[in-house]
Amino acid sequence: MKNGFSVFCVALAALGLSWIGLVLGPVLQLGHESLTTVLNSTDPYPIQPAGAATLGLQVYKANGCAACHTEQVQQDGVVCNVVLSAPGLHPDDVSNLLSQLDLNGLTDQEASIAAAKIAAVGGKTEIRVASTGGDMNRGWGLRRSVSADYLYDQPVQLGSVRIGPDLADIGTRQTDAKAILAHLYAPQSCTAGSLMPSFKFLFVTRKVQGSPSPDALALPQAFAPPDGFEIVPTQDAKNLVAYLMNLHVNVPLYEAPFTPSVAANK
Amino acid sequence: MNSNDIKPVPTSQVDASCRLPLLALFGGSALWLVLGLLLELTASLQFHAPGIFSCCPWMTYGRVLPAANDLLIYGFAIPTGLGVMLWVVARLGQVELVLPLVSFAGANVWHLGVLVGTLGVLSGHSTGYAWFEYPRVAAALLLPAFMLVAVSAVAAIGQRRIRDLYPSHWFFLASLLWFPWIYSTAFVFLLVWPVRGVAQAVIDWWFASNLIVVWLSLVGLGISFYLLPKFSGRPLEGRFTALFAFVTLLLFGSWLGIPQGAPVPFWLPASSILAGLLFSVPVLVVAMVCARTVCGAPAGCKGGPFCQVKFGTAAFVLSGIWTVAQACPQFAHSTLLTTFDLGRIHWQIFGFFAITVMGGFYELFPRVMASPLPLPGLPRFQHWLFISGALVLAASLAVAGLQQQSADFILARILPAFRASSLGWTLLFIGSLIFALNVFIMTIVWVVGIIKTVIGAIKAPLAVAEVKP
Repeated sequence: MKNGFSVFCVALAALGLSWIGLVLGPVLQLGHESLTTVLNSTDPYPIQPAGAATLGLQVYKANGCAACHTEQVQQDGVVCNVVLSAPGLHPDDVSNLLSQLDLNGLTDQEASIAAAKIAAVGGKTEIRVASTGGDMNRGWGLRRSVSADYLYDQPVQLGSVRIGPDLADIGTRQTDAKAILAHLYAPQSCTAGSLMPSFKFLFVTRKVQGSPSPDALALPQAFAPPDGFEIVPTQDAKNLVAYLMNLHVNVPLYEAPFTPSVAANK
Repeated sequence: MNSNDIKPVPTSQVDASCRLPLLALFGGSALWLVLGLLLELTASLQFHAPGIFSCCPWMTYGRVLPAANDLLIYGFAIPTGLGVMLWVVARLGQVELVLPLVSFAGANVWHLGVLVGTLGVLSGHSTGYAWFEYPRVAAALLLPAFMLVAVSAVAAIGQRRIRDLYPSHWFFLASLLWFPWIYSTAFVFLLVWPVRGVAQAVIDWWFASNLIVVWLSLVGLGISFYLLPKFSGRPLEGRFTALFAFVTLLLFGSWLGIPQGAPVPFWLPASSILAGLLFSVPVLVVAMVCARTVCGAPAGCKGGPFCQVKFGTAAFVLSGIWTVAQACPQFAHSTLLTTFDLGRIHWQIFGFFAITVMGGFYELFPRVMASPLPLPGLPRFQHWLFISGALVLAASLAVAGLQQQSADFILARILPAFRASSLGWTLLFIGSLIFALNVFIMTIVWVVGIIKTVIGAIKAPLAVAEVKP
């Protein structure tokens, strides 16, 4: 290449190609993504978060929580588990058969064969789909994250490094707002040896005026304020907690199916 | 334009013409490098004493870390790379640098943008996109500032006396087109009219990877393709091989960056996997070109700039192999969302880029300032500090990354590796002080020299001819 114009054209073509592929392509495919529905239902997904949660995302962003926490659940694959729902008229035969069969971690086809065998002796079964992978074993979500999960996020905080645990499903794991607030104020009070920085600047330590505030944190002795003082969260801290409690990956979708375990919990 | 129209310019005059913009670019970048590494050190203190900055929102880990990373890229890497680039194009063209005041202005606006951006991130106005954290105001300053410096560089290339483009020219021209394009794309699609959902994350990955892998490689390789033949005293081996490396670097490098397992349609990570595997082509070709140019050269390196550029180019090859390894799906799966990738990024920034541009810097700076370095032994010491710092840093992050999944991402179980990264930052920090010391002492000496000349001129008795009878 002897003149600048040909270099310019080569660079323009190369970058243009990648721009069309990795910028224009995703924008056309994902930029206008609309609401989807929960699997086997007409419920829309995702549900627009409340105002406090939307504001909480801005606190999450401003303090760079994504430097240590991801919001994306990873999945290796799916397995089918065969579950007996009713023993039928010959329970002994069924239990004999069950002891011979492998019922967990099957493929679609294997599960159907096992279910057919049990049905042959009169047992009723249900085939349950479950996601597999390190994140499921850690209890960080029931399925992988998909693009629909982030439709209301601005900005999307996927994160790239897990210095701390994944937060995509924190709202399912932790349903107590006070516990999250205590964790933000003094992480070591909740998890011994935690390396999470304390976010004391999101709280106010003040003198108890009359009766203690209902918002005041209940902390272990080592972290509690002096007598006569209480620690209350600022509005930012409350918004942040509202945002975190709104993070869920617990609904089955068409592209990431699983069988919800509501029945099993009863 | 006929090359005969332009008179040959003495080399010392070419060097001197770069002085003003280069001082502006290097002065700011030295300051930002020191500050950026100080902030990285502050952030890594978190792994030793997690509670220390709990009352100060400005010093919380999540703000300090992105501010520090951005200082290293926008504050240090880009202006230093541009500075060395300006000198190389002036030297290659054998002409004085055109429009030095334009690039001088560009350099100052750029540093102002970095200052505004850093304050924005630390005060909690980050955009929340990795490697693109600077708020809108700062981004709006950086883009025109880059264009000003680019105008000066392109004009210098246009004025060259030798009409054939040298391989370094290709790399530099492409880099001057690359940055404004990727930065304005990110600016428009993330800050001005933000796209919806995960398309944001895809654009951010595309931007960050093009900046860190492609832009840094283009500038770093452009510098080493000029300096390696110069130092080793023989021409670059294989012009067409270099052209092949250039085209494949652009074609494959620009598709990297979408991590595997990301919640996006599968064709996106798949195209990055393919590009990552094909990225081995430019890496091997660059290794071949440079090895054939350097190996068996009569000139020894003796710890000077030649050593730095040689090491930097070898580090590029290692960084490329690292990139290719991460594209292999089996391997990527075991290092997903760990610090392993962070190790590669810091190796690319320090092992490859910083050490290569430092070679260029120590080669050009005494010539541009027309005076020898104040402490000639220090650059060699800095070289060793940078090598050891970059190695410790990259190795500790890589080892931590390999352990993370088996430790279930519980950081306390792999703490030693994380703590080792602080040592890497410390070594780099001491090295950066030497760079800053050289820049500032030379600048002060130059300014004092100017002031003395001016005072001398004022005090000097009038020449007899000028005195009116």
